Amino acid sequence: MSANTLNLTLQIWRQEGPNAAGRFETHEARNIPDDASFLEMLDVVNEGLIQEGKVPIEFPHDCREGICGTCGVMINGRAHGQERGTATCQLHMRKFSDGDTIAIEPWRAAAFPVVKDLVVDRSPLDAVIEAGGFITAPTGTAADANETPIPKEAADSAMDAAACIGCGACVAACPNSAGQLFTSAKLWHLNSLPQGQPERFKRTEAMVETMEQFFGSCTNHGECSEACPKEISLDFIAYMNRDYIKSKRVNRKLAGQR
Amino acid sequence: MAAPTVQRSAANPIRKKRKELPFPLNLYQTAVGKKWVMAVTGLIILGFVLFHMLGNLKLYLGAVEHNGEAVWDIDLYGEFLRELLVPLFPRTYLLWLLRFGLIGAFGLHIHSAYTLTRMNQASGSRYQSKQDWLAANFASRTMRVTGIIVALYLVFHLADLTWGWSFISPEWERGEVYNNLGHSLSRWWVGLIYIVANIALSVHIFHGAWSMFQSLGLNNPRWNSARRLVAGGLAGAILIGNLSFPIAILSGMIEPGDPEVSISEG
Repeated sequence: MSANTLNLTLQIWRQEGPNAAGRFETHEARNIPDDASFLEMLDVVNEGLIQEGKVPIEFPHDCREGICGTCGVMINGRAHGQERGTATCQLHMRKFSDGDTIAIEPWRAAAFPVVKDLVVDRSPLDAVIEAGGFITAPTGTAADANETPIPKEAADSAMDAAACIGCGACVAACPNSAGQLFTSAKLWHLNSLPQGQPERFKRTEAMVETMEQFFGSCTNHGECSEACPKEISLDFIAYMNRDYIKSKRVNRKLAGQR
Repeated sequence: MAAPTVQRSAANPIRKKRKELPFPLNLYQTAVGKKWVMAVTGLIILGFVLFHMLGNLKLYLGAVEHNGEAVWDIDLYGEFLRELLVPLFPRTYLLWLLRFGLIGAFGLHIHSAYTLTRMNQASGSRYQSKQDWLAANFASRTMRVTGIIVALYLVFHLADLTWGWSFISPEWERGEVYNNLGHSLSRWWVGLIYIVANIALSVHIFHGAWSMFQSLGLNNPRWNSARRLVAGGLAGAILIGNLSFPIAILSGMIEPGDPEVSISEG
């Protein structure tokens, strides 16, 4: 089918390690088929580097089908590139033109130190999940389907929130490096369902306060939602804000019980 | 919640959680709580700004008859504010109560903005390549600048018309609202300050009023489009109202002087 190829100039952030000073390096990407994905284009560039005996570019990637949340770089100043609702692996080279210069930079936030080149350490997102992104339920045999009735609207809303793949694009796109969109999606995923109710306010308090140890605060620009490969809505941030204020009152009442 | 899972992640917090204060105060220790305080105080200030603008419209009513004398209507309004609930409270007491509320709201609004800005700067997202903004608008990105302009203007405005500092407004006299306004704003540079500051104020309100809904958690997808309309409508109404005063005075439509009205003989 398509035999169109592109020649591109890449401005790629190279950094040997967490404490090394980074810099932009210019690499030429030659004869890139336009049906390649962005990550495949980087593979081609790396192939060339390896053949020249140079160190290949380290970039985060795993499933390459937009569900794992591993890949993610700033492409021309936009998280996951210019396409809406896609991860870096779902961005195809046909969206670029021959002769383009593309700037590629890792996510930047004080909580996301660069590990190498384009790879950053996103374990703060795990710390937020560990603080309460689960339900404490007796395990054992799987419950029957429809054992717990859930209103359709709640199930849909929870599913929209659960679409979050935890890639960190929201933090990366935020001028304040805030983790609000991620945390609120993880919260609403559980807080909107019956199974999430018993621990709703403890979860909200714990996850918000853990988030704030790592990330900035929300100024309601809305950049996170634009950058999100799953188009998570800002609505969840409002729900989190409401639940957090409520949690202080509810948890105080619980703590006072005998 | 169940016993905490073993700490697996090597994530290093960039700030430590501080010791928690007793109930209402602990809200102000976190960023989400501070944003809530910022929204509530913003709402209080927004209410003040709106009624201040509406009250100023009395400028256009000109002179009226009061106890057989011709007086400027806005001067009467000023006296009415000082005499709010007068038999119940002594004169100006309720006004001062409202003023203390406003001073507190301004203080908390500015303090939360300052501390959150510091927090955001420490959280750092310093890109070396040019970042492309998609959703952030001019208003949201200039909140700090417009906020500082409004705060500085507030001091000037109080010195000009409330305290009547003689080197700013030499012709100021207590209680003469109409004439103080007319004398001060008929100078082009004062008019310019008022125009610039009120544009900044409306830009600030345009983002702030919308942002308030999010920070307070007032969100229902069915009504969300109305939140932008409310913010835009408030910002627009306040802009038109507040800009009309310096323009009316600079253009000579409103001139300071003695009130004249044909007094009907009793």
